Amino acid sequence: MTECPVCALEIEFAEDTIEGELIECDDCGTELEVISVDPDAVEEAPETDEDWGQ
Amino acid sequence: MIRASIVGGSGYTGGELIRLLSGHEQVEINQIASASRAGKPVHSVNPNLRKSVAVKFCSPEELTGCDVLFLCLPHGRAMNTIDHYMNLAPKIIDLGGDFRFLNAEDYERWYGMPHSRPELLEKFCYGIAELHRDRIAETDYVACAGCNATTLILGVLPVVRNFNVQSIVAEAKVGSSEGGSQSSDGSHHPLRRGAVRSYRPVGHRHTGEMVQELGLSRISFSATSIEMVRGVAVTAHLFLNGHVPQEKELWKAYRSQYAHEPFVRIVKERSGLHRLPEPKHLAGTNYCDVGFESDPDGGRVVVISALDNLMKGAAGQAVQNMNIMFGLPESSGLEFTGLFPV
Repeated sequence: MTECPVCALEIEFAEDTIEGELIECDDCGTELEVISVDPDAVEEAPETDEDWGQ
Repeated sequence: MIRASIVGGSGYTGGELIRLLSGHEQVEINQIASASRAGKPVHSVNPNLRKSVAVKFCSPEELTGCDVLFLCLPHGRAMNTIDHYMNLAPKIIDLGGDFRFLNAEDYERWYGMPHSRPELLEKFCYGIAELHRDRIAETDYVACAGCNATTLILGVLPVVRNFNVQSIVAEAKVGSSEGGSQSSDGSHHPLRRGAVRSYRPVGHRHTGEMVQELGLSRISFSATSIEMVRGVAVTAHLFLNGHVPQEKELWKAYRSQYAHEPFVRIVKERSGLHRLPEPKHLAGTNYCDVGFESDPDGGRVVVISALDNLMKGAAGQAVQNMNIMFGLPESSGLEFTGLFPV
């Protein structure tokens, strides 16, 4: 069990969750990256920078 | 079955109430009174109800006894006829403004006329279930809240209850149906279409309800009528003494207040098209959507809340209260989730 760093919602991983997996917070919709499964921990996933083709 | 009757059934609020009650499995519509439409079928006013509601409008004088009576009357009317209605029904749900205040002085201040039955004010419970659910369950008389007041109160309530709010400045964008079903020079199509009409920059009557229910004296509320038929969208700026809560603190406060409420939804997404409440998606539903942003640099929290003024702001709220008063599941008859796209 961990919590969303944005809205503090308690998050429980599925049994087969792995490090590096991307999940979405059910309340605030933030994309979260699983950085540890023992103990459970997430952080905001880095946003993809837009490439304007320069 | 609950036998329900409506007084003032030919207005927009009355029409919405007929729609809801006609689909309610525990309710039988007894009579629908309208002084101006007596003898005519309901669908002559509400074409959406053709073939679903067989009852014709009757005159108010023809009303007989029922289990619950809904009053959809202009302000000033219900308080002068309330004795008659109390004799007709053991439970009354008033959708007008006559019994919302706790004292007659506030009524006179905001409505500009003395209250004719001040001794009855204490008998009525203010009808926002999220504030007064327990009392509504025990009372026989409910005064439903004003639509703008409902929108603002539900929006800011978690912040007011959990943090030190000094003052609120709020602006509501409202739909034309708030003006009622009577036409006026201002509702003439060439003048109304496309208008952004600041119709009450100060002194809106619903401000008195906000002050009363939130316990804050400094609430500055303005309303602007826009190109929309149904809906209210309030943007409220809450200025705090000292600490401005961070987003995570606000999330906890809102979740704590509303996690188990059937009709209040937190709408706050970080991406996508639907990040904050939008009244368009609430048409016909009993939801009030609430969202927020923290602005520490500005010493404020900004709250956005929205609902359908004819539903959670009036008829839906009334049916929700009826369900509570009769011990029914609170969502009975109010399950519609809206249309998308619309």
